[in-house]
Amino acid sequence: VCVRVCVRVCVCACVCVCACVCVCVCVCVCVCSSVPQPKDDFQEELVIRPLHSGDIYASFQFRTLWETDFMRGNKVSHYRLFPKSLGQVISKFSVRELHISFTQGYWRTMQWGQPFLPSPPGAELWVWFQDSVTDVDGTWKELTNVLSGIFCASLNFIDSTNTVQPSASFKPLGIGNVTDHRFLRYATLPREIVCTENLTPWKKLLPCGSKAGLAVLLKSEKLFHSSFHSQAVHIRPVCQDWQCKTTSWELRQTLNVVFDLHTPGQGKLEWSLFKMFSRTLTEACPLASSSKIYIDITDDPQGEQFEVSPATHLLSQAMVLGDRRTFSVYDLTQQITFGTVRSLNLLIRWKSRDMLRPLLHAERYVAGYGLQTGEIHTLMYNNHPYRSFPVLLLDSVPWYLRLYIHTLTVTSKGKDNKPSYIHYQPSKDRVRPHLLEMLVQLPPNSVTEVTVQFERALLKWTEYTPDPNHGFYVGSSVISSLVPSIVAMDTNSTREQPLFSSFFPCKEESSYFMRVYTEPLLVNLPTPDFSMPYNVICLTCTVVAVGYGSLYNLLTRSFQIEEPSPGLAKRIANIIRKMRGVPPL
Amino acid sequence: FLGEQCCTMKILTLLSLLATHLSASSVNIEENAGQFFSSGHTNNWAVLVCTSRFWFNYRHVANTLSVYRSVKRLGIPDSHIVLMLADDMACNHRNPKPATVFSHKNMELNVYGDDVEVDYRGYEVTVENFLRVLTGRLPPSTPRSKRLLSDDRSNILIYLTGHGGNGFLKFQDSEEISNVELADAFEQMWQKRRYNELLFIIDTCQGASMYERFYSPNLMALASSQVGEDSLSHQPDLAIGVHLMDRYTFYLLEFLEDIHPSSKANMNDLFKVCPKSQCVSTPGHRTDLFLRDPGSALITDFFGSVRKVEITMETINLTEPIQQVDGSVSDGSSVVPPGVHR
Repeated sequence: VCVRVCVRVCVCACVCVCACVCVCVCVCVCVCSSVPQPKDDFQEELVIRPLHSGDIYASFQFRTLWETDFMRGNKVSHYRLFPKSLGQVISKFSVRELHISFTQGYWRTMQWGQPFLPSPPGAELWVWFQDSVTDVDGTWKELTNVLSGIFCASLNFIDSTNTVQPSASFKPLGIGNVTDHRFLRYATLPREIVCTENLTPWKKLLPCGSKAGLAVLLKSEKLFHSSFHSQAVHIRPVCQDWQCKTTSWELRQTLNVVFDLHTPGQGKLEWSLFKMFSRTLTEACPLASSSKIYIDITDDPQGEQFEVSPATHLLSQAMVLGDRRTFSVYDLTQQITFGTVRSLNLLIRWKSRDMLRPLLHAERYVAGYGLQTGEIHTLMYNNHPYRSFPVLLLDSVPWYLRLYIHTLTVTSKGKDNKPSYIHYQPSKDRVRPHLLEMLVQLPPNSVTEVTVQFERALLKWTEYTPDPNHGFYVGSSVISSLVPSIVAMDTNSTREQPLFSSFFPCKEESSYFMRVYTEPLLVNLPTPDFSMPYNVICLTCTVVAVGYGSLYNLLTRSFQIEEPSPGLAKRIANIIRKMRGVPPL
Repeated sequence: FLGEQCCTMKILTLLSLLATHLSASSVNIEENAGQFFSSGHTNNWAVLVCTSRFWFNYRHVANTLSVYRSVKRLGIPDSHIVLMLADDMACNHRNPKPATVFSHKNMELNVYGDDVEVDYRGYEVTVENFLRVLTGRLPPSTPRSKRLLSDDRSNILIYLTGHGGNGFLKFQDSEEISNVELADAFEQMWQKRRYNELLFIIDTCQGASMYERFYSPNLMALASSQVGEDSLSHQPDLAIGVHLMDRYTFYLLEFLEDIHPSSKANMNDLFKVCPKSQCVSTPGHRTDLFLRDPGSALITDFFGSVRKVEITMETINLTEPIQQVDGSVSDGSSVVPPGVHR
């Protein structure tokens, strides 16, 4: 994309006739030169995957690639496809990588398989800062405040009590050999609610907004009436070519949603774009270089059990989540996709199908009784029949659940399983949370259980939320691992491939990266009765008033004899006697 | 020659009519211009606060959102509205229709809409944050969308709703703001020249007690009920299961739906909203601190937005060639030609 800069050069010649009429002739020449602008590129795609339980999983990805340099204080001021608000955030806070997600609902791995982009319930934010930052904690605090304004979320509640610095999980997903985890910060807000006010600014970051392209499908009334909804923004520097001679900045906006079969009330295994989003597609985003819809037809390529209309002959194969899957492709940049009615409403009909069991999934729950102690159990399932693989477990527990690390046990198949790497940072009251990272080898076809006991703390009465009887949330555990894959994965990340298969960089051919989040926990802390201060004041004042008042009266009261006032007859008699001059009765 | 005379007569009458029309319309323009600047404000802000938490206080969120909707419709942009909602009703798991908040039963009007931006939500709605927003004393890293960046030419609309009593308003069932604190906050705003005129509307029980203690100039206040009276809710919706709106704000919304950006309705019409027959409580208002006559204050002075227009007699030459800045233009800096006002 070149910007033409034109300079106009005018040469005027005036001829005066008759000393009063001048005729001027100007010859203007435009000299244009092309000034190269940094290249930016926008792609959008939608992947639809029918799920085993009858639900349907739709994943939107919008990617903007921009060949520019935000690092080392470079001043960037001409924005085209890349949103200016995020560009300014990156420059001002020297951000190297930023990943933020807002999720409503919990991803059910056993029923739905693996998501393309996992995310925990609530809000999650992790950032790698550049090594030029001197005060990482201060910059982190300012960054969370600015992001809370951009995304209309309460991210300003992220502070040192819920921020950790993981040492092994959350390695950079973009280029960079930064391994000093002093520049990494990770925080979750499991209580954060996601609603239209978070979707509105997210949509405004897209180049076409929600006016054209795939983003017209993003209507909040349908998106939030679902089993799972997650929207995220990922910013990282990536290589443009195999040798990594040029780098560019990648902004990915992703939205994952799982629609429940039974919500619209029909119950048939039949889905269409209109049924899911209450909209159909009429055009691609004019600023997009590629705009595609992929429908996963792997389980039934012949079309016996599975029907997609309008039919398409474009097929594509991609290696995703350790499996080679086949997709029907609809290219929205071609006018023919929309047919004669000029609108695209995909209809997908299938009979129930088997699902490949996910290789890794996890659960977590709180055991115990009462309001004093408890036990956190994390179960990790390895469903591979003969391969074992290591997983990295990251646990961040708030300070008011005091973990007793000497009670930490890791057992697989009933036997003790010692982790090969443990990084534990104890909590400090009101300053920082517990951080526990462990590398555990999961034996094949087994369940590994991690248990740790804790004690609940009593908070100061001003530290309770306005609704303390709801309970307090503990953020999800993160389990990251390289899972052995069935097919050989593609390690060349710069090759042209669909967006959903190119998010996590692939370093080896025999395994792929997977991240699994457990459920957040809801624990009750011993809660005082907040009406007690008022009760105590009333009681004390009453006791003091009654006790002191009675004592005062007893000590200071003196008794006097008083004549009662006489009745009416006696008063009249006294008046007559006074008139007669006789003493009264 | 009669025809000629007729023609000239016609032309003369036409010309005279045209002249009178022109003079009349020019007078009209001047009148309009005069009225335009009579209020003295150049920008509008709104601070809309819902202070109640929990699902059964759905109506307070619906109240605030209906005022938000009216204010946005009449022209105030999101960047000039500070919206504080203490709980989330739209995506609450008890809401049978997620991402919606209705004001009329049978789900007629979704006041939540598709384009809402909530600035303070959930636990952020506290007395301290509310007073900091009003007085402007926020920590330096607070984003712009959470600040009230008003100046001395701003007209501000402040709307509060929730549960209240005689002299206080409850925030999230855990703390209160008293009428003295509110009056002092407005006095701080006046001394820092943070408003030109301020309209304060409150829809709670015994709402009139909240404006009793005001003492700063240029304040006008409306409340939904007098001291000793309760404000009542309007109607429940059986599908959602809670009361949808409070009476005063319901009739206020109905009144505002008829107002459009060029409407000439004034504050006296606003005082008549929701008489005792409809509201059961007696709405009150206070105008003694307001320097102008309420009859001359338009509804759109507070609920609508003003675009700053300066009429100038200066001529500006736009035909000069655009000059090149030293160096390349590739860094994208914008070039301002000389002689053009920004």
